[in-house]
Amino acid sequence: MALALCRLLGIHRAHRELGGVATYTSHYRDRNRVIHKMSLIGFCEWLANTPGSIALHESLWVYPIVESVHVLTLCLFLGLTLVLDLRLLGLTFRGARASEIAERLLPWTTVGFVLMLTSGSLLFYAIPVRTYQNIFFRVKVTMLIMAALNVWVFHSTTYRTVAAWDLDPVPPKGARVAGAVSLALWAGIVVAGRMIAYNWFD
Amino acid sequence: MSLLPFFEFCEHSAVGETIRNSLWLFPVIESFHLLGLAVIGGAVLLVDMRLLGLGLRSQPVAQLAKDAHRWFMGSLIVMLISGVLLFTSEAIKCYYHAAFWVKMTSLLLAILFTLTIRRKVVASDNSSPLQSKLVALTSVTLWSLVGIGGRWIGFS
Repeated sequence: MALALCRLLGIHRAHRELGGVATYTSHYRDRNRVIHKMSLIGFCEWLANTPGSIALHESLWVYPIVESVHVLTLCLFLGLTLVLDLRLLGLTFRGARASEIAERLLPWTTVGFVLMLTSGSLLFYAIPVRTYQNIFFRVKVTMLIMAALNVWVFHSTTYRTVAAWDLDPVPPKGARVAGAVSLALWAGIVVAGRMIAYNWFD
Repeated sequence: MSLLPFFEFCEHSAVGETIRNSLWLFPVIESFHLLGLAVIGGAVLLVDMRLLGLGLRSQPVAQLAKDAHRWFMGSLIVMLISGVLLFTSEAIKCYYHAAFWVKMTSLLLAILFTLTIRRKVVASDNSSPLQSKLVALTSVTLWSLVGIGGRWIGFS
């Protein structure tokens, strides 16, 4: 079993070298390289050396344009997401049905999200290794996953009964919690995203 | 008359010095500026989209605009305060940056347009569809210029 695993991971090469003229150092280096190849940081290093990543990183115009798209899409994506969050909290647009806000704004927030994800991925692609090692990037990704979980929980619980509270000026607790959690997470995501530019804790 | 002495005064003010010499003040203030951007962007877009017949189509324009106006004014205040603070820390750079002047000109026009013509059109029920659409497109264009100009100040 262990042998099969070693073979699978390509470690057998290092072992074979050990039996021959290879020194301990070369074995050590080779083993490191094998582990490196499989890890996320190894993937980021590989990504950083692709022509597209280098071109994007060194581009005079494309990188700033992608970054601008990423920042300004905040208005479309987050601006309209906030409208629903604030409605779920009962803070605004109380005259509108919660489901109407959710459904009518969804196509727009979806477009915004796709733009965010595309431009964000390109920004990562331009500077993979540094970004991957950046604490703020890791915090941001964690909060993004939590925000997705929040949507999933809300839609599979409180939102199922939306017909019962659609016109309530202040929706039930489950909806208010979902709105508040979303607001807090997205605020954190924006701040963490901005801080990726700084390498205070690398 | 040159405005440069005023920009130099801002740059060398105690506030400007403090922000410039701090490691974390600039990014923290900028984070508030970005959070304000999301709110003001949403408040502007929601109403402009409605004027174009998109988004919350079944809501009366006047009611939607009234609700959105509070968020617009609140976020505008956050944007102006955080924006002025960011400006003081790099006022001289701004003076020589075309993007800054593009942003300030479009910002002035955008605020004036939003609080006068657009406000009147969204409050009345008898605006023609063409009139509404023109107002929405003007608003989106002006505010986009503000946003793009603002982002471009950061690129030197």
